[in-house]
Amino acid sequence: MNKNQFKNRHPYMFIAPAVILLTVFSIIPILIAFVISFTDLNLKGLADWSTITFIGLENYKELLSDETFLKSVYNTAFYVVIGVPLVIISSLSIALMLNYGSNWLFSTFRAVFYMPSITNIIAVAVIWGYLYNTEYGLFNYLLSLLSVENIPWLQEPTLAKLSLIILAVWKGIGINMIIFLAALQGIPKSYYEAARMDGANRLQVLFHVTLPLLRYATFFVTITTLIGWMQFFEEPFVMTDGGPLNGTLSIALFIYKEGFQFSEFGYAAAGSFVLFIMIIIVTLIQFKFRKSETEY
Amino acid sequence: MVIGGVLVSIPFIWMISSSFKPESEVLAIPPTLFPENPTLDNYIKLFTTMNFAVYLKNTIIVVLCSFIGLLFNAMAGYGFAKYQFKGREKIFYLVLATMMIPGQVTMIPVYLLLNEMGLTNTMTGIVLPGLAVAFSIFLFRQFMTTIPNDLLEAARLDGAGEFYIFFRLVIPIAKPIFAVQGILTFIAGWNSFLWPLIIANDESLYTLSVGLSLLQGQYANNFALQMAGAAFMVVPIIIIFSFFQKYIVEGFTMSGIK
Repeated sequence: MNKNQFKNRHPYMFIAPAVILLTVFSIIPILIAFVISFTDLNLKGLADWSTITFIGLENYKELLSDETFLKSVYNTAFYVVIGVPLVIISSLSIALMLNYGSNWLFSTFRAVFYMPSITNIIAVAVIWGYLYNTEYGLFNYLLSLLSVENIPWLQEPTLAKLSLIILAVWKGIGINMIIFLAALQGIPKSYYEAARMDGANRLQVLFHVTLPLLRYATFFVTITTLIGWMQFFEEPFVMTDGGPLNGTLSIALFIYKEGFQFSEFGYAAAGSFVLFIMIIIVTLIQFKFRKSETEY
Repeated sequence: MVIGGVLVSIPFIWMISSSFKPESEVLAIPPTLFPENPTLDNYIKLFTTMNFAVYLKNTIIVVLCSFIGLLFNAMAGYGFAKYQFKGREKIFYLVLATMMIPGQVTMIPVYLLLNEMGLTNTMTGIVLPGLAVAFSIFLFRQFMTTIPNDLLEAARLDGAGEFYIFFRLVIPIAKPIFAVQGILTFIAGWNSFLWPLIIANDESLYTLSVGLSLLQGQYANNFALQMAGAAFMVVPIIIIFSFFQKYIVEGFTMSGIK
């Protein structure tokens, strides 16, 4: 009996360290975030708990009338609407190109396209900050050769958003391209043979065989990219700090600033819950669609 | 494809080339593709006037600690894969659910928690929250289910203890998945930014990423120095990546959408 009891403890001993850590640093924080989003917790409250008061939905109401927050929602929507399709189209077309061959040249280029996605985002932001520099940057120099006027890449709100999107697309291609490649390689050759027998040309094969079969992969990439872009943070943080005129401020950056620069923890937590709810909605949509038998 | 490849590599090429230029040449118009007076000054400056040696040390500590986390994740994956126990399904779903929680939501409460524990501004506070990773547990579980039960039973009959079986039998079998996860863990640790930035107040606790963003703020116009800092962060990853490319790509295929 005693020995049996001991034996039953083993599985718990194996999972305990990781599960306890996840509970303490992921599950419990959700509850805490939820509670403090209804309070006015700030730096003062951190030192003396008795100054914290429960203010109900006040934070959420304030968010809806906070112009900076609304601006960050608008900017995030801008990033998502322009960035997500760009990432998907470019990574899909690169994957299709790379799928044509498998010699050393193709694997080298696969590595080249993949490289940006694993390199340090801060380093990347610093490098691109230099490339985008209005006076000394490489981009404006190259454009000046074509006698184009200096472009203020990061100094004009809309242009700055686009500049950050270009950088993020460059960084985002790699991982999605790998997912598309894996899906492409999973399509049985017999489909292509059948199409060829029917006399389909390359474009017809692409649009009537490959792309429809890739529907699930495309969907998966869309959702993960979407969620990723909703949390857009490092690029605006390092390159523009949300400026000019909050033109590049994202929701994630707004939360960070409210929380750790202004120490308005309660308010920031409310902001983070708004973001969380948006992400949950996107995730639920993902669960609604399930993979069917003939998609890759 | 070739044009695309070149376009994609421009930022890297430019980074490397500029990092060897003296300060004056970086701002030269027209810019030079290759440094006319190649110099290592920028790299030396990183270590003499900036605290890059300290940042490097901290980053390595973060990476080493995340390998302990990797072991925890592997243990949990094994536990979920190979044992029947009460509440297994429920706990596993709880683990999976944590994957959907965005970092921005937990960031503030975790900070408050660590503050209560007195762990802000400590190395423990930097590494602790990142040790367990749901996705990694999930991958380990997927792999561990493929290990035959007979093998484990045979070892048990020979009188081996459960932990002995795990360390001497399971880990060697699971080498491929450890390789993949090890590389990913290394990259994640090496690149860690947001959390150290939030928790560390002292410069002596900064990681390379945080140090680099600091450098960008302080030496806004010394692009040569910034590029040297960036190169110092990017090149090790590129080297590791080119060695292990095959495994990383396989890892994603394995973990991907199927």
